[in-house]
Amino acid sequence: MNLAMEIKQVRHWSTSRKIFWGIIGLILLQGLYFSAVRFFSGLGAVTNLTDEFPWGFWIAFDVIGGVALASGGFTLAFLVYIMGYHRYHSVVRPTILTAFLGYILVSVGLIYDLGKYFNIWHPLVMWNPHSVMFEVAWCVMLYSIVLFLEFLPVVLEKYNLSGPLRLLQKITIPVVLLGVLLSTLHQSSLGSVYLIVPAKLHQLWYTPILPLLFFLSAVTVGPAMVILESAVSARLFHRGLETHIIADLADFQLVGIIVYLGVKIQDLFVRDVFGCLASGQFECFHFWGEILLLVMAMLILMIPGMRRHPKWIIGSATLTVLGILYNRFNVAWTGMLRSSGGEYTPAVGEIGISLFLVALGLMAFYFIAKWLPIFPELKKRGEG
Amino acid sequence: MAIDMKQNNGSGKAILLDFTECIGCGACEDACEREHNLPADPPEDELNHKNYTIVLKEKGQFYRRMCMHCLEPTCASVCPVTALEKTDLGAVIYHEDKCIGCRYCMMACPFQIPKYEWGKAVPVIRKCVMCFDRVKAGGETACAWVCPTGACRFGERDRLLALAHRRIEAFPNRYVDYVYGEEEVGGTGVLMLSGVPFEDLGFQMDLGYTPLPELTWTVMSKIPNIVITGGLLLGGISWIIHRRMDIERENLEQKASVEPGADAKHVKPPDEEGQG
Ligand code: SF4
Ligand code: SF4
Repeated sequence: MNLAMEIKQVRHWSTSRKIFWGIIGLILLQGLYFSAVRFFSGLGAVTNLTDEFPWGFWIAFDVIGGVALASGGFTLAFLVYIMGYHRYHSVVRPTILTAFLGYILVSVGLIYDLGKYFNIWHPLVMWNPHSVMFEVAWCVMLYSIVLFLEFLPVVLEKYNLSGPLRLLQKITIPVVLLGVLLSTLHQSSLGSVYLIVPAKLHQLWYTPILPLLFFLSAVTVGPAMVILESAVSARLFHRGLETHIIADLADFQLVGIIVYLGVKIQDLFVRDVFGCLASGQFECFHFWGEILLLVMAMLILMIPGMRRHPKWIIGSATLTVLGILYNRFNVAWTGMLRSSGGEYTPAVGEIGISLFLVALGLMAFYFIAKWLPIFPELKKRGEG
Repeated sequence: MAIDMKQNNGSGKAILLDFTECIGCGACEDACEREHNLPADPPEDELNHKNYTIVLKEKGQFYRRMCMHCLEPTCASVCPVTALEKTDLGAVIYHEDKCIGCRYCMMACPFQIPKYEWGKAVPVIRKCVMCFDRVKAGGETACAWVCPTGACRFGERDRLLALAHRRIEAFPNRYVDYVYGEEEVGGTGVLMLSGVPFEDLGFQMDLGYTPLPELTWTVMSKIPNIVITGGLLLGGISWIIHRRMDIERENLEQKASVEPGADAKHVKPPDEEGQG
């Protein structure tokens, strides 16, 4: 109803709003087109993937990047429900929703990428405990259920179903705990996926501690994502920004970056690949790229005049997100190029589909936020 | 737990390729194509989804490329749905009905063997399966059966390995002193002899001698521990923190009832905001 009224009011929209939704519309259209091509004519018709480079942009961005960026859900749930930081409560719901949508998109992205996507359920019944991919599949599936359970109270509350609501609240802590464990496992396991290619992944990134680095960076990018989500929804829904919360989260992010960079640099030292850093290879350039983004994010938060200022905090969070995404691209893409012959850049269709998925996610968030009490203080029956 | 794919341990069926005896006739390619109904039209110059093996020439010597049928195959260890399987006979076979098309096998295979049908809406993986049906029935692979010179032999791995070393010993001038596949990534079911250094034929010499699945398994095998320890730890932390918060709240409430004049705002417990 709300929606129908809104659509009638399109005439009164501001120009920038019209442009925004116009772009979204275009993205959706091209997405539908490339989807049709992909499912009717196969991966070769939309992607630049080859036998030499079988995993491309979709794995790097939609799956590996997507899972990393959805880590806000478990880091915040951990802080609030396990560590008892209940003062962050007002950002829990949008964060859980984002994570939930994020994991749905990761699964949809996988469906595009899997050659025989209709067999996607096979890991349920055909077990190979030696396969990292098998473990990741199970964790992602179970964690999606956890996120669903974490989000369900919002729906129940909307429709006044207090019975099941109370039941869910009773099992909150075990559910969150399970979610944290599952996330720890699959966030790190996405790093373990690459342990099997010592001769293919460039030595700047190939290290036995890849799983640890993936986990640490996921925990770092989690708070950064929560900060960005708050900033974006503050704009989108004309709400006030929770300044004190994002300043707090920025502290967690800062500690995360320091630990992550510390471990990463120590690892370079232990494996003695520092020489490679100055070699001027193009991998070296990209390695510096990901490090510099994080260093800048870190410095911003260390300068007293800047660290409490929302604008700088948001800037720092953006740099962190870009830095970690850059890292995932480097592992899944840049670092794999040389050994494969160096012949891969994503096709228009690959990027088009990824944009399509992101746009779908944004729209889903927008409409769900209009429908359900995501931002507590906006609703009469809300809490917090 | 040791890796339980290690059933063969050096035995099982294998193929010995003696490149110095290969005359480049391509009979093996043809036989393979017929045996497996492949669309390929040999001679082809690269392994792809249309062939299982190819004969190439480098530095005046012919050589072949095909799946190595590793003793501890990386492809089978990474496949999430056991679509690739190391059989007791030695062949690494593929179950296309199980495969989900994730292409992890292509990523992981140290010899770049599995190929993909990129042009199909429903693609499958393609690679040599050591003529599993023939071998199961007691025969030899089509390529070994058809080879006119003995450049491709089929048999028990330990016997072929011994033969390879005997030949190097007998004709030291004819061969480089190396049996490719004896130890590579833990040993392979395809063994190779060459008169030209293997590097020059494009074979990687730096793959190491440990089976790659162990790299992952060292981490994977710790998972149950991580889950149990982590679960208990987090549960414990959560319990302690919430217990302390409860006690604090009780104290505040007591204080409030003892001193009714206290400011009500300060008494409000910090975490009564509900959950969810
Ligand atoms: S060569 Fe590659 S495809 Fe063949 S068994 Fe070994 S890992 Fe598997
Ligand atoms: S593409 Fe198929 S055979 Fe290869 S790892 Fe994935 S599911 Fe297994």
